[in-house]
Amino acid sequence: MKRLWRRPAAMIALGVVAAFVMIALAAPLVAPFDPNAVDFQAIRKPPSAAHKLGTDEAGRDVLSRLIWGARASLLAGVIPVGIALALSIPLGLISGYGGGWLDGVIMRVTDAMLSIPFLIVAIALAAFLGPSLTNAMIAIGIATLPVFVRLARGSVLALKTEEYVEAARAVGGSHARIAVRHILPNMLPPIFVQSSLTVAAAIIAEASLSFLGLGQQPPAPSWGSMLNAAQRYLSQAPWMALYPGLVIFSIVMALNVLGDGLRETLDPRHS
Amino acid sequence: MTFGLYVARRVVVLAPTLFVVSVLIFTLQQLLPGDPALALAGEEHDPAAIAAIRAKYHLDRPLLVQYGIWIGNVLHGDFGESLRSRMPVSELLRSKLPVTIELAFCSMLIALALGVPAGVVAAARKGRALDVVANLVALSGLSVPHFWLGIMLILLFAVQLGWLPASGYVPPWEDLRLNLRTITLPSFVLGTGVAGVMMRHTRSAMLETLSADYVRTARAKSVAERMVIVKHALRNALIPVITLGAIEFGRLLSGAVLTEQIFAIPGFGKLLVDGVFNRDYAVVQGVVLVSATLFVLLNLLADVLYFAVNPRLRG
Repeated sequence: MKRLWRRPAAMIALGVVAAFVMIALAAPLVAPFDPNAVDFQAIRKPPSAAHKLGTDEAGRDVLSRLIWGARASLLAGVIPVGIALALSIPLGLISGYGGGWLDGVIMRVTDAMLSIPFLIVAIALAAFLGPSLTNAMIAIGIATLPVFVRLARGSVLALKTEEYVEAARAVGGSHARIAVRHILPNMLPPIFVQSSLTVAAAIIAEASLSFLGLGQQPPAPSWGSMLNAAQRYLSQAPWMALYPGLVIFSIVMALNVLGDGLRETLDPRHS
Repeated sequence: MTFGLYVARRVVVLAPTLFVVSVLIFTLQQLLPGDPALALAGEEHDPAAIAAIRAKYHLDRPLLVQYGIWIGNVLHGDFGESLRSRMPVSELLRSKLPVTIELAFCSMLIALALGVPAGVVAAARKGRALDVVANLVALSGLSVPHFWLGIMLILLFAVQLGWLPASGYVPPWEDLRLNLRTITLPSFVLGTGVAGVMMRHTRSAMLETLSADYVRTARAKSVAERMVIVKHALRNALIPVITLGAIEFGRLLSGAVLTEQIFAIPGFGKLLVDGVFNRDYAVVQGVVLVSATLFVLLNLLADVLYFAVNPRLRG
């Protein structure tokens, strides 16, 4: 963390991410309107004193929907990564530490999943599971899984030959103990870096799925579904498309800068 | 290792990956809720008719046999029939693929034209303002949601300025000028993302070669800096960039899902999305399988190219 402090860009990015999280948590307090309150007197009104970022096709306040939408979009960034981590760390440990035929099976499935592009996996899974935010998160989590499994396995393979692991083995430590006590804590830094970058990718993926109608379902707001609705009113209400996109761009950019900063801090060879 | 042996080994590794891909795609269909025979029967509720459908599509056979029949047909180019259009899926795939290839090709040209020079300049000016700006632009290209960028470009160039069409596609053999007009915006949208990746890789490859001994020697011999960068450093730095280009081209072939949707380009991505919404699973399976195969083949090409242009790998 101290080394990260010395990187101003990463610290600014961390501040932006923290601000987004706080806004999402405090949505009921900071949103000026009910995000789902329909007002037929205020349909597609441009930004004004009353509605700072304008209104949408049902007269709902765009700013309030962006604030509430942050909850869905940030959750959709974090939960898939949580799913991927929960599955990939044990799989990586089994594959890398155990080796053998199980390693072969896990790696062939991982290779196969990696050969199907991320968004196609997410779209196909979300379509098969049915359109909802929860299913979109599961689909994104499964789609991101192979990258984490590969990374976890690679780390385990590298750590397995370290002297302290061999020493633990020499003093009679069980395989489970060595894997959990000695390898697990040391394999986390690269996975941590990948997580921050994957949260960014997952936010875009959720926005993409919601944009296609496979994620958050109306009237509940999410940044992607707001863009979906905005597409039909581009010439009449451009603000409906402008702000959700800018918000997605800001948080993804911040997460990418933070990810870069973390990588450079934890692995200076990449800087 | 000889070039032939290397290619043969890579092809052998490829086969099990494609086999597992096919198993995954087949399994996905089996996980679908509901009885596929009932879904295919539609309004028909006659048990005899449903049994006939079950027999026709081999749904009454064990799963392993069903997989064998399906993969056997796929290997003969038969991906089944589209539920929606009643056309063979292989015909749909054949008609959409050239559109996506053209889009991927044009996007790649834009990515190379923007990404490689920016990476070279950033490396040559490491730590200075130009490097910071190039990095910031590259990161923006990687962070911007492309479907949103597409919407914004439609708003600016089609709605406001009226310079380019908002959507649609005209094949090049029908009207080349109109084809280029329709393909410009989507290619730029896809190209910017890849340009960011290209810039970052070119920069890091250039920084590595610029610190190599032979570059130091060239500088010590007072070779002009421009010559050092272009002739000595860039030539070697381009090796990983070429292979990355092949991988990114594979990604572009299947990654244009939303861009094709926004610009109404009748390619692979639009076929997939339409298939998803029409519950046309034969189409979805076909697109995913062909996309994955193309991606794997382009990865193979990347590996082979890397081996071919890198003499250090040939012992």
